Amino acid sequence: MANLFGAIDVGSHEMELKVFELSRKGGIRQVDDIVHLIDLGTDTYNDGRIGFAHVAEVKRILLDFKKTMNMYGIRDYRAYATSAFRDMENASLVLQQIEQETGIRIEILANSEQRFLDYKSIASRGEAFSRVISKSTAIVDVGGGSIQISLFEKDRLVLTQNLQLGVLRIQEQLHRIGAGSRKTRTLVEEMVNSQLYVFEKLYLEGRKIRNLIVVDDYISEVVSGIRYGFQTKAPETPETVRDTGTIRDTGTSVSAEEFHRFMNNLETNSRTELAQQLGLEDDNVPLLQISAIIVRCIADRTGAELLWFPCVTLCDGIVYEFAEERRYLRSAHDFEQDILACADQISRRYRGSEERSGTIGGIALRIFESTKKLHGMGGREKLLLQLAATLHDCGKYISMTNLAQCGYNIIKSTEIIGISQVEQEIVANVVRFNHEQFAFKKLMSEESALDEASCMTIARLTAILRVANALDRSHRRKFSDLQIRNQDRKMIITVETPADISLEKGLFGERAEFFEEVFGLRPVIKQKK
Amino acid sequence: MSVLTEKYANPQYYHNRELSWLQFDRRCLSEARNKDNPLFERLKFLSITASNLDEFFMVRVASLQDMVNANYRKRDIAGMTASEQLDAILADVHAFMQRQYSTYNRQLVQGLRENGLDIVEDYEDLTPEERGFVDAFFEAEVFPVLTPMAVDNARPFPLVRNKSLNLCALLSRKAGTGQGIPGYMRKPKKADKDRDGKDQGGKEKDAKAPGLKEKDSKEKDAKAKDTKAKDVKEKDGRDSKDKKTVSKDAKAGNYEVTAAAKNAKAGKAGKDAKEKDVKEKENFQFATVQVPAVLPRILELPSKSSRRIILLEEIIRHHLGSLFLNYDVLCAYPYRVTRNADLTIDEDDASDLLKEIEKQLKKRQRGYAIRLEVEEGMDPRLLEFLTKEFNVPQDRIFEIDGPLDLTFLMKLYGLDGFEWLREDRYAKPQEIAALPTGCDIFEQIRGGDIFMHHPYQTFQPVVDFIAQAADDPAVLAIKQTLYRVSGNSPIIAALARAAENGKQVTVLVELKARFDEENNIVWARMLERAGCHVIYGLAGLKTHSKITLVVRREDDGIRRYVHLATGNYNDSTAKLYTDIGVMTCRDDIGEDATSAFNMLSGYSEPRFWNHLSLAPLWLKDRFLYLINREVSHARNGEKGRIRAKMNSLCDPDIMAALYEASSAGVKIDLIVRGICCLKVGIPGVSENIRVRSIVGNFLEHSRIFYFENGGRPEVYAASADWMPRNLDRRVEILFPIVDRRIAEKVVHVLDVELADTVKAHILKPDGSYERVDKRGKELVDSQRIFCDEAVREAQAVIKPRGDRVFIPVEKKEEQHV
Repeated sequence: MANLFGAIDVGSHEMELKVFELSRKGGIRQVDDIVHLIDLGTDTYNDGRIGFAHVAEVKRILLDFKKTMNMYGIRDYRAYATSAFRDMENASLVLQQIEQETGIRIEILANSEQRFLDYKSIASRGEAFSRVISKSTAIVDVGGGSIQISLFEKDRLVLTQNLQLGVLRIQEQLHRIGAGSRKTRTLVEEMVNSQLYVFEKLYLEGRKIRNLIVVDDYISEVVSGIRYGFQTKAPETPETVRDTGTIRDTGTSVSAEEFHRFMNNLETNSRTELAQQLGLEDDNVPLLQISAIIVRCIADRTGAELLWFPCVTLCDGIVYEFAEERRYLRSAHDFEQDILACADQISRRYRGSEERSGTIGGIALRIFESTKKLHGMGGREKLLLQLAATLHDCGKYISMTNLAQCGYNIIKSTEIIGISQVEQEIVANVVRFNHEQFAFKKLMSEESALDEASCMTIARLTAILRVANALDRSHRRKFSDLQIRNQDRKMIITVETPADISLEKGLFGERAEFFEEVFGLRPVIKQKK
Repeated sequence: MSVLTEKYANPQYYHNRELSWLQFDRRCLSEARNKDNPLFERLKFLSITASNLDEFFMVRVASLQDMVNANYRKRDIAGMTASEQLDAILADVHAFMQRQYSTYNRQLVQGLRENGLDIVEDYEDLTPEERGFVDAFFEAEVFPVLTPMAVDNARPFPLVRNKSLNLCALLSRKAGTGQGIPGYMRKPKKADKDRDGKDQGGKEKDAKAPGLKEKDSKEKDAKAKDTKAKDVKEKDGRDSKDKKTVSKDAKAGNYEVTAAAKNAKAGKAGKDAKEKDVKEKENFQFATVQVPAVLPRILELPSKSSRRIILLEEIIRHHLGSLFLNYDVLCAYPYRVTRNADLTIDEDDASDLLKEIEKQLKKRQRGYAIRLEVEEGMDPRLLEFLTKEFNVPQDRIFEIDGPLDLTFLMKLYGLDGFEWLREDRYAKPQEIAALPTGCDIFEQIRGGDIFMHHPYQTFQPVVDFIAQAADDPAVLAIKQTLYRVSGNSPIIAALARAAENGKQVTVLVELKARFDEENNIVWARMLERAGCHVIYGLAGLKTHSKITLVVRREDDGIRRYVHLATGNYNDSTAKLYTDIGVMTCRDDIGEDATSAFNMLSGYSEPRFWNHLSLAPLWLKDRFLYLINREVSHARNGEKGRIRAKMNSLCDPDIMAALYEASSAGVKIDLIVRGICCLKVGIPGVSENIRVRSIVGNFLEHSRIFYFENGGRPEVYAASADWMPRNLDRRVEILFPIVDRRIAEKVVHVLDVELADTVKAHILKPDGSYERVDKRGKELVDSQRIFCDEAVREAQAVIKPRGDRVFIPVEKKEEQHV
């Protein structure tokens, strides 16, 4: 029997519940979708808090969602809140209250997690997604608070950057400036272009982009041309994405040229006319316009030829993640590789040595695998270890002496798509303690306030990374071929190399001590010539 | 206003909506006059014209009156102001009602007599035995429930309920009886003037149409005075013949009047007459009594030979004397008022819509009077009195030659016997081949979409659909919209049971369904008590769509079963109204149905629709798009063709689009039962449009739309007419007939109705309707053809078709228990 799953998104301007049916045979099938408009973003963006009336409304809606989930007999669900809650000062208080009254536990997604889910939601389009990203592609994910631009190269996500250009945020700013609708266009363009310019200089580095994938709440719907008033002019779906399914299955796409025509229409008609013509609520028209201007600026700057609107929401990503976890589907796309590719890109930006990172990473993974029984860590930690290995030397870019702290800071302030805030903290700390004395107590008392389990993870990963690092002390890859064997409270690392390893052997002791402290196993180097 | 609407904004291009409606009632009347119809069916048609007209006054005429009062000067699509419309309508209605009664008096009464049914018009015509029977009946049944009310300074005119039948009597105190029952304090003459504005106004005052009041009543006062002498004079001549002057007592009492009139005649007008007037007023008293609605209007008399009936008001009229013991009843006449019944509900301020509507409903009884019907020949004093009390202008007074309120003919239709006078050419609702009695409806739907054509086919499967869902453990939820529900509805019972069985039941009960408000409030309360989630409609919109969704959890996942229809979930009217419906479990329709209910529950509009188009957000655009698409096809040299069937057509945007389509060469055939504001045959504008109306044994009710689409035809059905109220102010659903097999059947419905030669009326360029010229044509009665087809299909059930397996017939009886 198929399993039912509820995905709840508490967004900055709407709350949504999607009900899905999951089965190994049929994959994911959407069964129900209810959306309630609620402007939580404005509260937060204005004064960092959410009003009581809004809290009450959120509760009421959640109880309604619960009723619907009960109707379907749903046991598995996930509820995530995004930027409105993320930027809220009283978030944890509010969430606790909500859980108390509704029984629904809402987790706040870090931006990188949210974007990763959005990305997964796009990937849930399957075939169409693979086809689009086979060419150089950028995802433009327009949210209420910020937008996220992610670049693809050869099927692989290579870069992602968050810009504070959310639709609601811009509207708020326009409001503060008191701009009339005539000026809106120029003002928005100025705001967007100033940030895009920097982005282009620093990150785009002359990359050409062919396709633009647009995820947003306004243009997608309108461009999809489902609204019949617009349908006469609605673009045909180009071959690249056309599928056998309906728009609900594949989304819709338009050429840059068609998009410009659409924009002209948006700019020449009045708000009321547009609301009527496009079947939108009056209030949504300015948001649509802002969203469209942002997308156009990006399209113009990148020279994209095709815009694809996959018409998905965060909920599609939530279910995709769940379905992956429960093995209802095996994804054609390896998302971990995307995360690692992103890390590579960051490392490259800070002139890290790809070769060395590769060596250390390789060794670290070998150790990780051979001590699995001891540490009991899983795939997620392994990924974090890989990330730490990749980024272990990025601090050098700033200071050769103070590389521990610099590395930590770089990682903390760089967005790595797909990992949570806690995970980011872990990676940053592992890199830091790779070079610095490990201090458990200090770590626990730090601002970041990691819980004990996370601190343990940091300790374990640090221990492994340190040993790996020690084995390549000379940076000459003497240990590229090694065997690891656990024996009598010792981890015997046998290396087959004719090279002189006295440097590694000599400095190994200090690293080995920490490893033993953590795992109760003393690493020993054996050389086979 | 769209460009097209402006282009065709010429008032010459349109018929006035109200006058067009009257044309429709004329077509109904023509069925009452149609000798091809069995006599009892003709009674029914006449009754329908009368109840139609009542509603027309209560709602349409009243709303025009409101416009006039509010000084609303905008012209309608046909270029008429509200007051011009009102004048035209009233003139037309006068003529129409005359025709109604000539039909009654000259054709039906006589026809009934020939067939052995006498309607005794006068008590005096009863045989002695019959009198005994009637007197006893009056004593035992009628007298206890009568509430006679005298009217004087101390006792203001009572509230006369909307549409109730009443008798108004003129009394005079019997000599030597003192003050009598209706004793009163005589105020000085001066006080009479105030009375109009204050005391007497009491109940009536608030309800009166504001603008109408002052001017009219002054005019009337003057007019009444002028005409009084004349009226009395005329009365004089008639009295001797007038049988209806109650009783011998009354006749004796009348003498004085006659004398007064003679005086007037003799030339002693002026001062003398005035004095006499005052004197009369001193002596006379008005009284009114309601003919109790709790008693049947017709009483069958014990009779050996032919069957005879008498009307209740005639019985009461004769016995009035026994109600006013110390008075002589000079004369008594029946009268009836129709009131403004258009509710104005302030939904924004109403915290509880249900309570607000209940409150407003009470007001319906007190709306200002919009029409006064009196028996022809009513005593002028009584008429003047009533005219004043109800504050009705002359043109809204209808003097009627026959019984008031012809809806009693429906009761007459219900008399037992007379089978030979009833229609029997139309078969009863037939079993649907795909849904034999006792089948598992869900299983049948899984076998393929199912089409239903009511009333030719039975509505029972729709009831069973809900009933089976209510008891099916696999069903998670039932969602339904209810607009008009039958009394004692099995659907309501099933919904309540489903809620009790722990299913999630969401019901949208439209509290604002006109004249069904009270009924629906009762249902809403009952469903709520049973644990259903009841939505009382949406603010500012009436939910008119007819859709049911059953969500079922099956082995291979969630499956949604949807019923979409053009008619209400009303098992009673489903036997009389022609409607179509489809049951399906297609996923795309299911998705849309889920979205529709989410929207009705107050959530945001869905991001996508697969097939359904909803009013008021998308439906009109959808229709305009479909019509315009035909225009493009026609302009590209392809065949453009639209066939559509509906109840009314008066939406300006749609009509403009149709004119544009016609001028582009699109062939348009419309079957519009009721109002049609569109004109045919305007050169260069509507030469390609043909309109017909079918008024037959069943009430045509389905809405079907066919678009040729360059050889890839699309067929739709909907709950909506092409009226602004449907497209702009109601929640309606248009659904495509996706299944090709069913689409063929639906097109067949259009084909046959377009070929109808028996019950079809063709709209002429001058706005009149004519029956089809049958000469040289095959007689095609579409409704009978559908009946016959339904019978054939039901009989073919025994033969299994395709891979479908039918449940054996012997199971039927078990299932009925």
